[in-house]
Amino acid sequence: MTKFEPRIVGFLCNWCSYAGADLAGISRIQYPPTIRVIRVMCSGRVDPIFILEAFKNGADGVLVAGCHPGDCHYLAGNYKAQRRVLLLKKLLEQLGIEPERLKLEWISASEGDRFAALIKEMTEKIRKLGPSPLRAGG
Amino acid sequence: MLAYNELQKRKLGEYVKKLKFAFYWAASCGGCEIAVLDINEKILDVVALTDVVFWPVAMDLKYKDVEAMPDESIDVCFFNGAIRTEEQEHMAKLLREKAKMLVAFGSCACQGGIPGLANVANKKEIFDIVYLRSPSTWNPNMVTPKTSTRVKEGELTLPEFHDTVKTLSQTVKVDYYLPGCPPPAPKVADAIDAIVKGTLPSRGSVLAPERSVCDECPRKKEKKSIPRIYRVYEITPDPNVCLLEQGVICMGPATRGGCEALCVKANMPCTGCGGPCPGEVEQGAAMMSALSSVLGLGEEKTYDVEKLIAQIRDPLGTFYMYSLPASIINRRIIRK
Repeated sequence: MTKFEPRIVGFLCNWCSYAGADLAGISRIQYPPTIRVIRVMCSGRVDPIFILEAFKNGADGVLVAGCHPGDCHYLAGNYKAQRRVLLLKKLLEQLGIEPERLKLEWISASEGDRFAALIKEMTEKIRKLGPSPLRAGG
Repeated sequence: MLAYNELQKRKLGEYVKKLKFAFYWAASCGGCEIAVLDINEKILDVVALTDVVFWPVAMDLKYKDVEAMPDESIDVCFFNGAIRTEEQEHMAKLLREKAKMLVAFGSCACQGGIPGLANVANKKEIFDIVYLRSPSTWNPNMVTPKTSTRVKEGELTLPEFHDTVKTLSQTVKVDYYLPGCPPPAPKVADAIDAIVKGTLPSRGSVLAPERSVCDECPRKKEKKSIPRIYRVYEITPDPNVCLLEQGVICMGPATRGGCEALCVKANMPCTGCGGPCPGEVEQGAAMMSALSSVLGLGEEKTYDVEKLIAQIRDPLGTFYMYSLPASIINRRIIRK
């Protein structure tokens, strides 16, 4: 039996979190290859549809990452993302999907090490949860 | 409807082939059947212009009579209700074969509707509650419906009950959609009118305006931020001010219009029976996105965001009241 490798879809904001992920790469910090990054202009751009579609298509986890509170390039996009994610977690629970599979994090452009640590931590957490109940074949 | 003199011409023997109409109901409450009658005296025009060939709620006809009809012999079939049982699925497929035009009539046929909320459970859970565990049930022999039962007179059968409620278009190809719970009478009249005159839009269209309930709502909309949520019983809202602004969750921004904001005018929030707005993927996600944008806006420095969101008690029931089977994740995932 092969070991379960979680598949995580990451929506990273252009101004902070994507740059943070970039820094992790440039700094050659090791982290698990479980995340598939999608760059968005702002975490506030992440429509709940994106997250639901990701789960529908078999993602084991979804990470939404944006600028720290007060740092949003568009002033309040990250706050909107936070409210959306909290609301979606409640919905996911009602739909029988563990809310821990959805995560919101603040990652600045200088936090490459933090990005790597978060991916490591999230991967382990989802590994424990097992494959998404929506994944074809269980 | 048609101009009076045109109607007279038709009545006075200028022979026009009458349209063959069928109405059918699947998993629905029966309100859509009444909505057809809500067009009041215009029903007389319908009678003058059409032959009703199949309508179980109003006339006696057996399924085998429908099966005996030639394919595409019915001009228009209004189909209301979601697809929950084997029988409903069979009738949807049968009427698709027999009808030239199939119209998903009402929220249940279009989006799954209230019966679609049963997708939070499966057959076993539903049977457990309904036949065994509800407080008013006395069922010591634990009898639940079976698809086949032997009795001394022979075998009795019942249609299979599916785990997941589906919309009509998830079962067969649908030509037109007429949403609403039930569809508003003027929209029913418009649809019949368009069918008779041959002025329908392209196939696959929704027979409702290209606008949201907010566009039709007469209330004043001024503020953008909502400081807190009230449930309907907690507040008597000002009848002239936007309900969302007053903290009552109103589905208007994410719901297709056509109802002329009927509920909102009665000081009750929109619950979303019109389905998603034109071009929108999913009604529930659209509303969650919109509400999250304005809830607590501008108060981020001081609010407790967890508490703020906790005020929304039942996102699934609130945002997907009529659209769960048609949404991206169309049911609760139950691990085997």
